[in-house]
Amino acid sequence: MNKVKSLADLKKMKEQLQGKIDLREKGESPEGRVQIKVAMATCGIASGAKTVMEFLIDELEKRSIDAVVTQTGCMGYCYAEPTIEVKLPNQEPVVFGYVDTQKADEIVEKYIKNGELVDGIIPMNYNTIDN
Amino acid sequence: MKELSLHILDIAQNSLVAGATLIEVSVNANTETDILRIEITDNGKGIAPEVLPIVMDPYTTSRTTRKVGMGLPLLKDACEMSGGSLTITSEVGKGTAIKAMLGYGHIDRQPLGDISGVIMLLVSANINVDFIYKHSLNGNEYIFDTREIKEVLEGLPLNSPEVYKLLKEMLSLNLDEIQIR
Repeated sequence: MNKVKSLADLKKMKEQLQGKIDLREKGESPEGRVQIKVAMATCGIASGAKTVMEFLIDELEKRSIDAVVTQTGCMGYCYAEPTIEVKLPNQEPVVFGYVDTQKADEIVEKYIKNGELVDGIIPMNYNTIDN
Repeated sequence: MKELSLHILDIAQNSLVAGATLIEVSVNANTETDILRIEITDNGKGIAPEVLPIVMDPYTTSRTTRKVGMGLPLLKDACEMSGGSLTITSEVGKGTAIKAMLGYGHIDRQPLGDISGVIMLLVSANINVDFIYKHSLNGNEYIFDTREIKEVLEGLPLNSPEVYKLLKEMLSLNLDEIQIR
């Protein structure tokens, strides 16, 4: 495959991309997907949230898990950064603390794939994570 | 926080919380003048005039979850360590501009780090916000604009793994040719 370097190259790739995305998203509603939020404030970034977020984006794709990874602000658990919130379809969100790439791997393999809870859950006592 | 790109990721977060729909990040290095300029400009809600003088105080934050706000003070410190400075201008309802000036060749200047990774994380995690990234070294410039990209891709989601990978590759290929340490 030729490397994409310009907008013109990107345009040429468009149909191929469209095909792949249509195939994957057929019949999938946003609620049916795994939703992950990575806390990305100063505390999270300083603790390595960027590495964890990139790891999640790359690994979820490699392991064929349909998920949306987004970022959020500080949830107030600065001591436990990096923290991530995982929401499985039709379930309450769960917040995990001290998530490095190894922990993220465990969360993907055990919690996201099998629904098995793993160590490091932070009990939720907040209503909003955006403020 | 040991890389300038991580500071950028952090400061851009403020713009997102301020409800910006367009965020422009520019990194401009000049070996002649030995200056590295980083600017982050948004069209968010802006900062009230009475708050503006105290934003560099680590005990100032608009958040309610905690009482400290370290992002700007940390970046200010990183600038001053390299003989530079940080200025911030803002107008309520119009937006905010952060201008960081650093000594390019200064031994205590933090490295730029993985800027293409940071820009792609911002883009893919906030698909409803547009980003412009301008990267230039001695006048040699590359501009990455999600508004142009969205036009080319005609509605394909920028956060789908396929598009993310391709855009990241495109961005790093171009930035590799204009290497800012």
